[in-house]
Amino acid sequence: MPGDALRERAVDQLRAELGDALIDTLVKPGDDVWVRVRADAWHEAGIALRDAVGLDYFCFLSAIDWMPSPFGRGEDDPTQPQAERDMTIRQGYTGGETRFQLFARACSTTLHFGVTIKADIGDDMTMPTWIPCYTGANWHEREAHEMFGINFAGHPDLRNMYLPSGFEGHPMRKDFPLLARMVKPWPGIVDVEPLPGEPADSPDADGGES
Amino acid sequence: MTMLGDRQRLAYIASQAADARLNVELETEGMTLNIGPQHPATHGTLRIICRLDGEQVVWAEPSAGYMHRGYEKLTEVRTFPQVTSLVNRIDWLGSFANEVPFILAAEKLMDIEAPPRAQHIRTILFELSRIANVSLFLGDLGVQLGAITPVFMAFRDREYVLNLIESATGGRFHPNFDRIGGLKDDLPKGWIEETRSVMRKLRTFCDEIDDLLFGNEIFQSRTRGIGVIPKDVALQYGLSGPNLRASGVDYDLRRDQKIAMAWDKVDFKVWTHPDGDSFARCWVRLQETREATLIVEKLLDTLPAGPVMAKVPRIIKVPEGEAWVSTENPLGEMGYYVVSKGDMGPFRVKIRSASFNNISIVPWLLRGVYVPDVITILASLYFILGDIDR
Repeated sequence: MPGDALRERAVDQLRAELGDALIDTLVKPGDDVWVRVRADAWHEAGIALRDAVGLDYFCFLSAIDWMPSPFGRGEDDPTQPQAERDMTIRQGYTGGETRFQLFARACSTTLHFGVTIKADIGDDMTMPTWIPCYTGANWHEREAHEMFGINFAGHPDLRNMYLPSGFEGHPMRKDFPLLARMVKPWPGIVDVEPLPGEPADSPDADGGES
Repeated sequence: MTMLGDRQRLAYIASQAADARLNVELETEGMTLNIGPQHPATHGTLRIICRLDGEQVVWAEPSAGYMHRGYEKLTEVRTFPQVTSLVNRIDWLGSFANEVPFILAAEKLMDIEAPPRAQHIRTILFELSRIANVSLFLGDLGVQLGAITPVFMAFRDREYVLNLIESATGGRFHPNFDRIGGLKDDLPKGWIEETRSVMRKLRTFCDEIDDLLFGNEIFQSRTRGIGVIPKDVALQYGLSGPNLRASGVDYDLRRDQKIAMAWDKVDFKVWTHPDGDSFARCWVRLQETREATLIVEKLLDTLPAGPVMAKVPRIIKVPEGEAWVSTENPLGEMGYYVVSKGDMGPFRVKIRSASFNNISIVPWLLRGVYVPDVITILASLYFILGDIDR
């Protein structure tokens, strides 16, 4: 069966299993499939992916903070005043209502396709754990917990993996500043620093397209 | 083949049960053994805390994070072309292979495709980084078991591959050669002939390792039946690459997905092993290295002519969208989930690295094994610290 038919079938199977808990789906032909489920159905969705759709291989689990960074875009110079830009939260494929979204991916090693699944995270920042569906989610949830501050109900051991215990804040949130970037701009799109022995106002050093 | 697998699994369960019974009968005082973060057998700064009962590990917990560099956060303040110089430091032994999936994801979002020659050269360099990476594993494997000779042979022969990568890209470890839309440059003159002769040398190296190590009785008895990962457990934990194939799962992203690379232009064999033990994992890697040299030779035979760079704008802005691309890297499935908001830099990049999943099985796998086997099991799982911590 070709990939797109498999992806369509996976969406149908998920709809049969989850009913109206399946909020939105997107199948991009020849590329991938995205589905979004209600937060309270996250665990059931994992079971359905594993058993009904037959995705036996756990790929990853993580989160996205959809808020545009208050510190400017990556290419902006943080030491300069910020340009006006749209600060509304716009979610990606299959939409969403909340600032944080959990997303995960599982694949089939026999049918050779995968599904990316998303869910909105409510204000209590708590989601059910996926360990009963895919054991490998354990470490991924610990990472999401420390980097985004998401709690996983039922997770046995949400200790920090990377950060020292007692670290305050959640580094992957968009409102967590990258301090090194705040004090000195990244040399950027073109290198604006003059070469040694070259006057700072020479035409090569003006940051033009060269 | 399934018969063997079932029998092995039964034997494994029986041995675990016997060990559990022994522990109940002989109440011995526990002890905590700390392996790492600085330890010759950990390939970097991985710390493993083991609670022992006599010679057996009853509880083990890897403590990663000593090398966390925050690449996911750093990508958010870089432009797309700048990200390659970050991500090729994830798995530093096979750097070029890290750049490829990210570039492919960016190309997918921009809806451009590299010219056939660029795809071919990418695949050749990808397989060369696999050979450089895994040949070091094959040599290092001996050191973990007390055999010193293989590691010298591995460093000697890996040098030939690194020289090839250097002469084509300019960098031995961090090529930074991949560009959105193609490659920085074409291959230098005489490179193809040189590569053919190096591939022959590497096959000799594989034969030597096969004789020296895999035929060795001590090696066999230290690895056979040790650290068995059954198929379903491997899948549950998301093990990938040779670790998964050594558990009998016939899954290789080079063959099993449609991707803008040249693997579909050549025939190659995907090696699997039904046993799932340390020996199987090492054996699969040996066969894969040999297969990779053959893939490189076949790709050199079919190298098409043409440009190595597609037409791309000078200032790269990637349209809004999301893309997931993963490839079969030396360590396993390496993928990038790239979210773009139409700016010059990515909005969010989720890096799915192979070692992170591969090592997350360690608490399960080390339960009940003997202390010397901890080292062989860790070596056979083969992780790179940068690939765990990112």
